[in-house]
Amino acid sequence: MRVSMRVNGAETQAEIEPRLLLVHYLRNTLGLTGTHWGCDTSNCGACTVWLDGLPVKSCTTLAAMADGHEVRTVEDLADGESLDPVQQGFMEEHGLQCGFCTPGMMMTARALLDRDPDPDEATIREAISGNLCRCTGYENIVRAIRWAAEHQATQAREEAAL
Amino acid sequence: MQVPAPFEYERAVSVDEAIALLARHGPEARLVAGGHSLLPMMKLRLARPETLIDINGLADLDYIRTEGDEIAIGAMTRHAGVLDSAVLAEHYRIFAEAERVIADPIVRNRGTVGGSLCQADPSEDLSAVFAALRGTAVIRSASGSRNVDLRQFHTGPYETAVGAAEMLVEVRLPIRPNCGSAYEKVERRAGDWSIAAAGAFVQLDGEGRIADLGIGLTAVGAEHFTCEEAEDALRGEAPAEEAISRAAAICAERCQPQADQRGPVDYKRHLVGVLVARALARAAARARGEAA
Repeated sequence: MRVSMRVNGAETQAEIEPRLLLVHYLRNTLGLTGTHWGCDTSNCGACTVWLDGLPVKSCTTLAAMADGHEVRTVEDLADGESLDPVQQGFMEEHGLQCGFCTPGMMMTARALLDRDPDPDEATIREAISGNLCRCTGYENIVRAIRWAAEHQATQAREEAAL
Repeated sequence: MQVPAPFEYERAVSVDEAIALLARHGPEARLVAGGHSLLPMMKLRLARPETLIDINGLADLDYIRTEGDEIAIGAMTRHAGVLDSAVLAEHYRIFAEAERVIADPIVRNRGTVGGSLCQADPSEDLSAVFAALRGTAVIRSASGSRNVDLRQFHTGPYETAVGAAEMLVEVRLPIRPNCGSAYEKVERRAGDWSIAAAGAFVQLDGEGRIADLGIGLTAVGAEHFTCEEAEDALRGEAPAEEAISRAAAICAERCQPQADQRGPVDYKRHLVGVLVARALARAAARARGEAA
């Protein structure tokens, strides 16, 4: 079957088998390997991308289900050379060790901050409860997301003052 | 790498079209909504439908609203929508308490009420919630719609009252005054299936006695996800600790859990007793208007 979907703002299309999973469409068909393919059972969240603005596990979503829809992956977080505050936060607070869970973590974190720009620790931990970090670096991941929240708030205030 | 067996893919944009596609493709066709139960089973080749009919386009079935003295929940309502629903928070707190412990927030963005009920997994939390609340499933076919008592909806593990070329479109629940509800679940780790879980509603009369109640049990082999004998024992009683313990003990005795990697039978029975008592006590406190 033929599918077409907007991925990170760009139109993509391909001839695929209906059983192709979205994670493989992104990684293998489009070559967007920022999205990681982990447990394959919708537990680990490494494959988290946005579908129409909501985080979903792309290992448990058919590419066919995204046909005609909008997908956003970790490759779209940075604006050119300028990192998203979430990416910056992971850097500043050492929010990653091996880095495998990071793309999914950051897509979940970005969605959380868009919805709730000032989440407390409990809210952050609940939000990332579908993203597993096998390095168990949760302390720093939570700090990284708090860093992003505080940083983007300051940034917004500075921009408003200009 | 886990990949489903090949299948034909169809997409329905209306209930009528979904039903027509089911009729056309026969018994080896399956509806797919969020897919978070069906796709994992297809990857493990435990399910091999020849045709998948994608109903994610049926956004008009994504609603939770009051209609007269009932609450109507559309089959395509996502778990996240149930968790966030102001209507359900007002009338049945059991939903938020159950939803918070169903999988994780990302999975809840996709999984649906209808999908959960129709998957009929014996460990599904919402099945126990609906069994506790006793409502109606609205099932559509080409010839119209029919209502099925939610306690008759599940006919066995992975089996429901939904027939060939039929589709669950809505669940309806009565709004009960002076009512409280609660859900209790014990799991091995966050987001896992229950080792055991129990839900309850309690409705009080003017004297503070239990006018009506419902008990839901999941993952412990309870017939229709409930225990009517325990409900009958408690109806008409004051919701005191002793009466609640007696009903909880009946649940523990009557359910039929199986030993598995989540625990042995006696442990699961013990959990049922504790969780039913807690759910009933909290439901009763809420029915009295106490903060609980």
